Amino acid sequence: MLTRILSVGLLAGLLAGLLIAAVQQVTTTPLILAAETYEKPAEVSAAPKVPHSHQGTEAHSHDDGWKPADGMPRFFFTAITTIATAVGVAFVLMAVMVFAGAPIDERRALAWAIAGFIACGLAPAAGLAPELPGSAAGDLIARQLWWVGTAIATAVALWAFLRADHHPVVRLGAVVLLLAPHFIGAPHPHELESKVPAELAAQFTALSLVVQALLWALVGIGIGLLWPKFAPKTAG
Amino acid sequence: MANTTASVIRTTERSEALRAAGIALILGLGLVFLTGFAYPEVIHNAAHDTRHSLSFPCH
Repeated sequence: MLTRILSVGLLAGLLAGLLIAAVQQVTTTPLILAAETYEKPAEVSAAPKVPHSHQGTEAHSHDDGWKPADGMPRFFFTAITTIATAVGVAFVLMAVMVFAGAPIDERRALAWAIAGFIACGLAPAAGLAPELPGSAAGDLIARQLWWVGTAIATAVALWAFLRADHHPVVRLGAVVLLLAPHFIGAPHPHELESKVPAELAAQFTALSLVVQALLWALVGIGIGLLWPKFAPKTAG
Repeated sequence: MANTTASVIRTTERSEALRAAGIALILGLGLVFLTGFAYPEVIHNAAHDTRHSLSFPCH
């Protein structure tokens, strides 16, 4: 079973990640590069554009830490990390389907993937809009915690709401859980001082959500298609 | 007797599936944490465009 999950996850994640890396190259990456031209003039000092760079163990080299050079190296690392994310998403998606006892087939895997996008893409974006470099933003750790909390709360709420036994009390609880993070509110900066033009930022926010939706959908479709091909031969 | 054996097999299969799912969940969350959330500068810089593109909180 583990071999089956890992094989399907690696393959589905690799395929989805490769496609998404190509999509990123013509959608979000050009906007990130454009945004960086607005970010740089104000920060010509030696300070790198990474405010949280001192928390790592090797982060004390100061000046410029290693980063992939623009062009092919940058594309390469973006592609690698996108593939790794897609593989991670595939593992998590199959794991929760197995936990929930849901049979894995094309339709169900896609449906669960769409639910995953709602939990990890749409719901967090309602509080923290996907942002370009140089945008004003609140404290990183607070935002990450809110993001994770919202994703988990939304996922659990969707699962509880869509269960076969739709007891009204369970459904009400699910709605409360779904809305709770938004009543608590996402951490936001005190001042809105983005240097990036609003048009670019708006375009990026929409594209980023589309890219994430595509990633989830492709991972879901990949899992649905590949799962039967890795069925144990001695079954029955 | 046959029924009991069948149900024992089913229970064993289920617990094996749950164990496999647990391992896959930890691996998957670990990967997403590394690419989307981890702080070391090297990881951040390598994953920078991916984090922005997939709407993880970055910076």
